Amino acid sequence: MGELTLQITDDNFESEVLQSDVPVLLDFWAEWCGPCRVIAPVVEEIAGDYNGKAKVGKVNVDHTPGVAAKYGIRSIPTLLIFSKGNVHKQIVGAVPKGQITDVLDELIG
Amino acid sequence: MVRKVIIIGSGPAGLTAAIYTARANLEPLVFEGLQPGGQLTITTDVENFPGFPEGIMGPELMDNMRKQAQRFGAETHFANVDRVDLSQRPFTVEAGGKEYQAETLIISTGATARLLGLDSESKLMGFGVSACATCDGFFYKDKEILVVGGGDSALEEAIYLTKFASKVTLVHRRDELRGSKIMQSRALNHPKIDVAWNSVITEFLGDPAAGGLTGVIMRDTVTNETREVKTDGVFLAIGHQPNSDLFKGQLKTDAAGYIVTEADSTRTSVEGVFAAGDIQDTKYRQAVTAAGSGCAAAIEVEKYLEAQEG
Repeated sequence: MGELTLQITDDNFESEVLQSDVPVLLDFWAEWCGPCRVIAPVVEEIAGDYNGKAKVGKVNVDHTPGVAAKYGIRSIPTLLIFSKGNVHKQIVGAVPKGQITDVLDELIG
Repeated sequence: MVRKVIIIGSGPAGLTAAIYTARANLEPLVFEGLQPGGQLTITTDVENFPGFPEGIMGPELMDNMRKQAQRFGAETHFANVDRVDLSQRPFTVEAGGKEYQAETLIISTGATARLLGLDSESKLMGFGVSACATCDGFFYKDKEILVVGGGDSALEEAIYLTKFASKVTLVHRRDELRGSKIMQSRALNHPKIDVAWNSVITEFLGDPAAGGLTGVIMRDTVTNETREVKTDGVFLAIGHQPNSDLFKGQLKTDAAGYIVTEADSTRTSVEGVFAAGDIQDTKYRQAVTAAGSGCAAAIEVEKYLEAQEG
């Protein structure tokens, strides 16, 4: 796990994600998910590129069932991009980096 | 810069071709596509790949192959190829808004799970509709789900999904299954598995923004009657189709879309373009046969380039 990504749990979700001043990218993943390994390094890179401008969090669905259930996650990898406490965009499956950063850029302006 | 070889696809065929061409100092560039590692990355235990007596996890096997190719200098890009031009050499490959040129191409774009092709299906993909039991089964603990298909892979998925779901109904368009006898008896005797015979799904119901899939409309293939069935999830297991759209009209394919290669060769209908793995394999479709044909393609590329220079 990179130093720039946050570990999101059912306990810190409210304070780290919903109350965040900056956009938050959440990566829902699990150990047993092959395609999640594809998107993981992309998410790490984004955490570095957007350090200070956006938050990047990892949600392990095995350990954080509450958040995954709340947002009706039914497939991983799923990326949720939050802005001001609301889901701005949901991306299902591994996608190229540009497709994720376009959404963040639009939010950061 | 014109490369000696570009490889499109990163399953066992593409990465084996990368290992061999890299070791032959051809400095291959691999476009990994949207699913780096290919279909094995959505499997669990691979028990029939030689050299792993205890089996190996599919994603781990593919990680290993990528690392092995990189060790010999193969360059891998997580990018999808949007367009190719095979009409003149060097060939042109467009990916991520950039153009690349190469003297030879190895096509190993593999196959993808076949879908029913309904608009409501693509809308709800990832929101209750899935083509990957090992990826998404976890989210259906104590739920009632459907598995579409009647072959071995459908039966395997149905049995796998009973680990999570409270009830699994196989939806099959005929009145008998196609899978092997052993898989049929395992599925049909399973207390959690039911079969909806002579049934096809004609519509998926639900809104991705409001909780996703809620049910489907099923049609009885004998009486033509339709009925609404409530369900929490639908898993598709109705076979695979070759990923050859990119080459339509440029390479000879068969009626099903598989790239046609010459007998005992990976040569395609265009000189300098080779095809390996599931994209040209209508018969075996195994990880080890894909790897074998990737090796063959690499050796043919090497010979071809030598002949060109000579």
